[in-house]
Amino acid sequence: MTGQSDSSRHPVIVLQDLVKFFGRFAALRGITESFSPARLYVVVGDNGAGKSTLLRVIAGLTQPSQGSVTLLGARTAHEVAHRIGYMGHAPLLYDELSGMENLRYFAGLYGREGDAICGNSMQSVGLDPELERRVGQYSQGMRQRLSLARAVLHNPELMLLDEPFSNVDVHSARDMAAVLGRVRDKGKTVFVVTHQSSLMEQVADEFVHMSEGKIVSRESVRQAPASATSGVGGER
Amino acid sequence: MKPLSLAFIVFTLALLGFSTYQALFVAPTEQTMGEVQRIFYYHVPSAWVAGVCFFVNFLASIAYILKRSSNADALGAASAEVGVVFCTIVLITGPIWARPVWGIWWTWDARLTTTLVLWLIYVSYLILRRFAAGSQTQLLSAVLGIFGFVDVPIVYMSIRWFRTQHPSPVMGGGENSGLDPAMLHAFLWNLLAFTCVGIVLVVARYRLQQMENEVEAEHARLALAGGSR
Amino acid sequence: MLFFSLLVVVIFSFAFEPTAEQSRVIAGGLMWVAFLFAAVVALNQTWARELRNQVLDAYRVSPAPPNSLFLAKVLGNFLFVVVLEVLMAPLFMVFYQLRSVGPVWQLVVIALLGTWALVVNGTFFAALSIRTRSREVMLPLILFPISIPALLAMVHGTTWVLTGESSPDTSIKLLLVYDVIFTAVCLLLFESVLNAE
Repeated sequence: MTGQSDSSRHPVIVLQDLVKFFGRFAALRGITESFSPARLYVVVGDNGAGKSTLLRVIAGLTQPSQGSVTLLGARTAHEVAHRIGYMGHAPLLYDELSGMENLRYFAGLYGREGDAICGNSMQSVGLDPELERRVGQYSQGMRQRLSLARAVLHNPELMLLDEPFSNVDVHSARDMAAVLGRVRDKGKTVFVVTHQSSLMEQVADEFVHMSEGKIVSRESVRQAPASATSGVGGER
Repeated sequence: MKPLSLAFIVFTLALLGFSTYQALFVAPTEQTMGEVQRIFYYHVPSAWVAGVCFFVNFLASIAYILKRSSNADALGAASAEVGVVFCTIVLITGPIWARPVWGIWWTWDARLTTTLVLWLIYVSYLILRRFAAGSQTQLLSAVLGIFGFVDVPIVYMSIRWFRTQHPSPVMGGGENSGLDPAMLHAFLWNLLAFTCVGIVLVVARYRLQQMENEVEAEHARLALAGGSR
Repeated sequence: MLFFSLLVVVIFSFAFEPTAEQSRVIAGGLMWVAFLFAAVVALNQTWARELRNQVLDAYRVSPAPPNSLFLAKVLGNFLFVVVLEVLMAPLFMVFYQLRSVGPVWQLVVIALLGTWALVVNGTFFAALSIRTRSREVMLPLILFPISIPALLAMVHGTTWVLTGESSPDTSIKLLLVYDVIFTAVCLLLFESVLNAE
């Protein structure tokens, strides 16, 4: 327990007056929140609510128009890049390479070597490391799962996952959700953007509801740790 | 419009009128080339103004990369456009001068060729501005602005070294022989006048771009406050 | 790509049919224009694989330094274009009955420096044009004007060596200066371009 209260003293993500414009469209309209570590947050909302944009801003892929993001104590995501894992809408994989080749390549970007890590990663998402097929010939669901494997390969402390379950069959999706729960239990922080919130009900700590570029409520499913977040809504 | 700006514009117009009078009526006729040599008073100052504009573009581009300010981008856009206009004037007055005097439309002398390459570089800059995807226009053009200007000295060197085999009439007017003092007089007035015209145009275009940026910012502010469409 | 290069050489030789004497004088220019067009076709493909599944996002999120990615791509393009040149040059020599008067090693130096000049800027502008409309046209449109000094140096240097007319020192010096300056500028600015969204 000591470990948990230590880590919960420092929020893993702090958003301050976050605003993001795309031309004249305001995708994020002023968000001030902080998020505790070792929790599994599920971000839900309608299309266009700004969920993906929020994730991209946190990951450092998109610069906010106004406001700031602090994550893992750093002012830019690039400083702590080795501690972050990101999974986007698109697969972020090379069609020309096989599953293991892709993972080996991306592991190299994080300074990790070893087939063991890549093999384990693939197995944990239900894929066969021996599979020689090029990713270009994978089904959508397989590509999705490999993309998740790539995101968590380097054992990041913070995971940002955008629609990890799209095009994945229910059975595999439940497996993946369970994997995320276990990852959270080991002390990692997980953000999942998804339409299929029912899949996450078993493992989620908190549901974050977004609408029209704002976080409208936060719903704790489980007990929050001692130093609670300063979010809106609290427990329902 | 602010009274100072208006005053400056009036001053510039008056200056331009005076310098034109100097160029066309007061300066003596050149011995060998005749009246057509008077183009020199427009040709060279235009080249000078174009060069200054591109230098301003270079500084504005660097400023944008460092500070990401909309104003820096606005200045970059303005200076590039005005620079291309004056560059075009050089490229048009060149042949107009060359044809009657030397019988050829174009000459590959160092200055004219450098101007042509500069024109190409900055026209490509303007095209990039038009074709870049909205939000990235500013950054991409700032990057190209830096590339373009860094190239300028290299362009000049390469043309000096590799084009000298073409016999080229020097279009610098009386560079080697020294300008007749009366001609120098007219030349300097025109240099001043053109510089002022350049300043007026760049500032006007800059203000226009600033206003466009402000409109966008206002729309964005409304979107932020108002909410749903 | 290889077949395209062959086509370029053949078409050029139909367009210009000089005598052996004349050919030495114009071959420099012809070869480099042919290399330029072949290089542009290759350069346009530089980032194609990365774009397909938004792989660039994965690079940006990783701790890998952006300039490593850039240099890797430049080296890849450089090797590829050099291979094309190695294949096209003999064809030119055969079709135009070329024989170099000056030392061939000088031609090699000019070719390597010149190719680097085209490829380093070309790879950079390929990344730049990712974020524009009419991508394939933007690349040559931006690349050509800025490459003019390098092209002049390459063409004249090659011609001087082929005809034995004079030493290509000036060309080589200019190409070196060009390469150093623009490689530095590319390295300074690549990160900004990669992260432009």
